Amino acid sequence: MSKPLNRRLFLTGTLGSAAAVALAACGGGEEEPTVAEVDTADFPEGSTMAALAEAGTLTIGTKFDQPLFGQAGPDGNPVGFDVEIGKIIAGALGIAAGDIKWSETVSANREPFIENGQVDIVVATYTINDTRKEVVDFAGPYYEAGQALMVLIDNEDITGEDSLAGKKVASVEGSTPAQYILDNHPDSELVSFDTYSNCVTALINGQVDVVTTDNVILAGFVAADEENLKLVNDGETFTTEPYGVGLAKGDDDFRTFLNDTLQAAYDDGTWAKAWEDTAGVVLPTPEPPAIDRY
Amino acid sequence: MDTFLIERDMLWTAFSTTLTLAAISGAISLVLGTLIAALRVSPYAPLRALATAYTEFLRNTPLTIVFFFYVFVTPSMGFTFDYKVAAVIALSCYTSAFVAEAVRSGINSVTVGQAEAARSLGMSFSQNLSIVVLPQAFRTAIPPLISVFIALVKNTSVAGAFGVFELFALSKRLTNVYSADVIAILVGVALCYLLLCIPLGQLAGHLERKVAFAR
Repeated sequence: MSKPLNRRLFLTGTLGSAAAVALAACGGGEEEPTVAEVDTADFPEGSTMAALAEAGTLTIGTKFDQPLFGQAGPDGNPVGFDVEIGKIIAGALGIAAGDIKWSETVSANREPFIENGQVDIVVATYTINDTRKEVVDFAGPYYEAGQALMVLIDNEDITGEDSLAGKKVASVEGSTPAQYILDNHPDSELVSFDTYSNCVTALINGQVDVVTTDNVILAGFVAADEENLKLVNDGETFTTEPYGVGLAKGDDDFRTFLNDTLQAAYDDGTWAKAWEDTAGVVLPTPEPPAIDRY
Repeated sequence: MDTFLIERDMLWTAFSTTLTLAAISGAISLVLGTLIAALRVSPYAPLRALATAYTEFLRNTPLTIVFFFYVFVTPSMGFTFDYKVAAVIALSCYTSAFVAEAVRSGINSVTVGQAEAARSLGMSFSQNLSIVVLPQAFRTAIPPLISVFIALVKNTSVAGAFGVFELFALSKRLTNVYSADVIAILVGVALCYLLLCIPLGQLAGHLERKVAFAR
């Protein structure tokens, strides 16, 4: 911090976040997952792990607008469960949390970012499915989300998926939960908006009866406004969305390494701790899902 | 393009919604905009101020915020509209400000002598405007008016974010389901907008020739 004063003033923002990182690093790893003492020779020569450990940095794509999973604060650094998973993986490669480069990925650009090598891995509420497996590979799943319903606190007549007939259901246009309603509940009326916050506004106004999407997203909204909102049946889910770590297709050694890392995090409790520190604030801690080593 | 063949019913619904939104909002904003322009040149100062305030407020506000107001704010005050009705209101309010300015530029292009001659014949302000000034004003205002209406057609896409299923919402829905076909879907939707806008441009050219001054 011994920069000339004028530069210091000019770069306040950058230095502020640098200071935050430095402070976190000084904290002796109380907050951050432990970083393994890694010798690059431990990894097979020419493998992705060796290359990343050698470079000492890892570029991770995550969401910046997803409460509880990956949400960037005013300083631009994302926080959430996905971010913690990213740090666990980096730690296993001997890379400190401060050396991770976070790159914002939205739903539409996750595959291109992996295919073009703009990110090394994607941890971004990324549902594993067969269409996506045609272009990328997945480690994990490290969490299983599912579609749920959110209503106003005094609503009693929506009790689950079966009571949607004739109701106005809000979701985001072009999302998988919206498509599920169109395909499976044609007798309800889908009202689509561009963001989930607009769906919630419509719900509060009484313009729609129910908002639907993944339970973890809804949980974030309920946590923010517990006086007005609730999840139907305590967040009962009626679909399964296994979230995986996306990586380049065909890199089987790296995928095995990621799966081993996740399994180790399950076994030694770091996975549960990462959950409790982030999404666990509003959601119960689940059993870790079985890793799918396809 | 197979996607559009499979989903042709949905495409037609979306296309006709865009067309309906544009046509109804266009008609309303033409009437409303002309009225605002007339108020702006009226001899009564409070009316001029009202019209100026309306134009400046709506012309300088992002369309999404106008939509947000009619879709979320007015319902919280107890006035709930159907999403399509709210979209028509938002688009009409927003577009009428631009129509008013285009018509006013037309009015300004009519030489003062015309209005003075009409007044000396004993015509009232409204007669003067409707019989003498506006018919001449519209001739010069046609090119900017058509630009305003072309912009309106494209602005209907904002409604897709506010509960109305039109072409833009269709592109989002289809790209989610047919993720391998994204580029074809977006090109197809762009073609649909062209299909609406190019005839409007043609119409403008035709109208311009038809009403050209015989000088």
